Amino acid sequence: MNIHEHQAKALLKEYGAPVASGVAIFSADEAEAAAKSLPGPLYVVKSQIHAGGRGKGKFKELGPDAKGGVRLAKSVEDVIANAREMLGNTLVTKQTGPAGKQVNRLYIEDGADIARELYCSLLVDRATSRVSFVVSTEGGMDIEAVAEHTPEKIITVAIDPVAGVTADDVAKINAALELDGAAAEDGKTLFPILYKAFTEKDMSLLEVNPLIVMTDGHLRVLDAKVSFDSNAGFRHEELKPLRDLTEEDAKEIEASKYDLAYVALDGNIGCMVNGAGLAMSTMDIIKLYGAEPANFLDVGGGASKEKVTAAFKIITADPAVKGILVNIFGGIMRCDVIAEGVIAAVKEVGLKVPLVVRLEGTRVKEGKEILDNSGLDVISADDLDDAAQKIVKAVQG
Amino acid sequence: MSILVNKDTKVLVQGLTGKTGTFHTEQALAYFGTKMVGGTHPKKGGEVWSSGVDGTELPIFASVAEGKDKTGANASVIYVPPAGAAAAIEEAIDAEIELIVCITEGVPVMDMVRVKAKLEKSKSRLIGPNCPGVLTPEECKIGIMPGSIFSKGSVGIVSRSGTLTYEAVFQTTNEGLGQTTAVGIGGDPVKGTEFIDVLEMFLADEATKSIIMIGEIGGSAEEEAAQFLIDEAKKGRKKPMAGFIAGRTAPPGRTMGHAGAVISGGKGGAEEKIAAMEAAGIKVSASPARIGATLADVLKG
Repeated sequence: MNIHEHQAKALLKEYGAPVASGVAIFSADEAEAAAKSLPGPLYVVKSQIHAGGRGKGKFKELGPDAKGGVRLAKSVEDVIANAREMLGNTLVTKQTGPAGKQVNRLYIEDGADIARELYCSLLVDRATSRVSFVVSTEGGMDIEAVAEHTPEKIITVAIDPVAGVTADDVAKINAALELDGAAAEDGKTLFPILYKAFTEKDMSLLEVNPLIVMTDGHLRVLDAKVSFDSNAGFRHEELKPLRDLTEEDAKEIEASKYDLAYVALDGNIGCMVNGAGLAMSTMDIIKLYGAEPANFLDVGGGASKEKVTAAFKIITADPAVKGILVNIFGGIMRCDVIAEGVIAAVKEVGLKVPLVVRLEGTRVKEGKEILDNSGLDVISADDLDDAAQKIVKAVQG
Repeated sequence: MSILVNKDTKVLVQGLTGKTGTFHTEQALAYFGTKMVGGTHPKKGGEVWSSGVDGTELPIFASVAEGKDKTGANASVIYVPPAGAAAAIEEAIDAEIELIVCITEGVPVMDMVRVKAKLEKSKSRLIGPNCPGVLTPEECKIGIMPGSIFSKGSVGIVSRSGTLTYEAVFQTTNEGLGQTTAVGIGGDPVKGTEFIDVLEMFLADEATKSIIMIGEIGGSAEEEAAQFLIDEAKKGRKKPMAGFIAGRTAPPGRTMGHAGAVISGGKGGAEEKIAAMEAAGIKVSASPARIGATLADVLKG
């Protein structure tokens, strides 16, 4: 789960991280009060969407010369004018894709005098199986470009889960970021704070870009991007209200209610598969035969009949879907449960497009019998290759 | 021969009394009499589990340590829900179980960071979590792989994806090659066993004449495994290999089901992995339906 910048900053503030004062607003009418509650005279008006590259982004509805998704304002009036121009419009950035994202909320923040811009993120490093700080003196810009062109400027510091962030770790991070004086002192408290927030809240990514050294020599979190490990959702009821459903695909929201791993794609063959690897491979093989998948859908291990039915309904509700491929290799998932779920779903919502079903593995015989005896117009396939060819042929006519 | 498990492996089930644990224990018992020796449950110690299929009875112990003590178990399989999975692994580590296989899907990554640190200082090997388990044909089935698709043979199979493991097994059976052992290492970013660990075992196992390695997008484990194979080949250790990478068409920045399957920051893409594997002499199949056929082609030369 991703959250907005203002939510991430509020969370980090609770842990004691230095962030600027700011107010989130949802309509231009709130802009004046928000700006007046801040000290001024410099303000920053920031679009709140779940995508990076906002500063360089462009609003679809405004001309090419209009300013981007993060703007400086030098008076309360200026804040109001910018808020009017930005709210409700569609911001297109490097990460949103050409469709862009509608800006439904802004964050009005106290301006800062920046001396240096740094990069600091925390993530779980697979290579070491540890939480690692990834830091660079090259902040404020696209870190992927830094990684590509000057990888030596990115330093990784892995944290021992038993010891936590040690004085030695802080010294390494401070040195990597070339911090001294007040900033180095701030680092001694800030880096352990970031680690504490990351581990206690089960984050999968905490990115501060930029982390700034202000002209007064102190550190400040100028931007913050946070994602949470969805596997740990069961122990973080407090984070649930932070979810912004307007940022998510309607089908993906529906799928998440049933704990289905679903990703909407641009093609026309709906897929229902068990296992993430097989689901990805099913997409790959559809493409290999010249068609495009409409989605990634992993029903997971041990899904109930109800879950399978819900999955099938989500696929059929997509108007782009011109054919459906069910590909199941049962291990923990039983083929008979899949067959019953599919039949229940078809009874409820009907079946207007070709359906190819390939079943193999646990209780395959029972599953096939259930489908055969159902009277449904199911095209059965012997293996994955056969299944992919049949559905592509059915869709392309 | 085989790796990790054989007819002498004695298996305790952590989470036996649940629906999933019960179903797969029945299946394991039915698979050439895999030596399932008991289950554990903190509150049901002293009770007896019985199979709904043939009435086989297994004792329930209050702890893994007690179960190991009374049965001589050297392996455990974990079917407990995500919230308790890390604690179950830790209990097995503390009891010095040699091989711990965690099937549970959805274990928080932070829990696994903690477990991994403990594991590194222990005598145990962990497979998983979020994996289908380990199976040596006609000898021992730990986990959820469907036994019916296996046949005894010469191919070692290692995979990050559960269901793709089944594809590789099924296809090598259909090619008449059969398997020595199949190992699903799981799709999570932090896990007990990596490709390299399993490849090392397959290279050392005399019965394993060829190897299939199945990876997926995300991380760099496939690239590291490829480098390992290149280094070993220089020492004269080399076996014919075929492979597959899932997620060629996956969009960047989206997690594809497995917590570990995501192309992020321009890293973890399929093409780089395929190139690295090909460079290490692995013939990578373009189609998931032709993994077995690809290996058969390699073996024909």
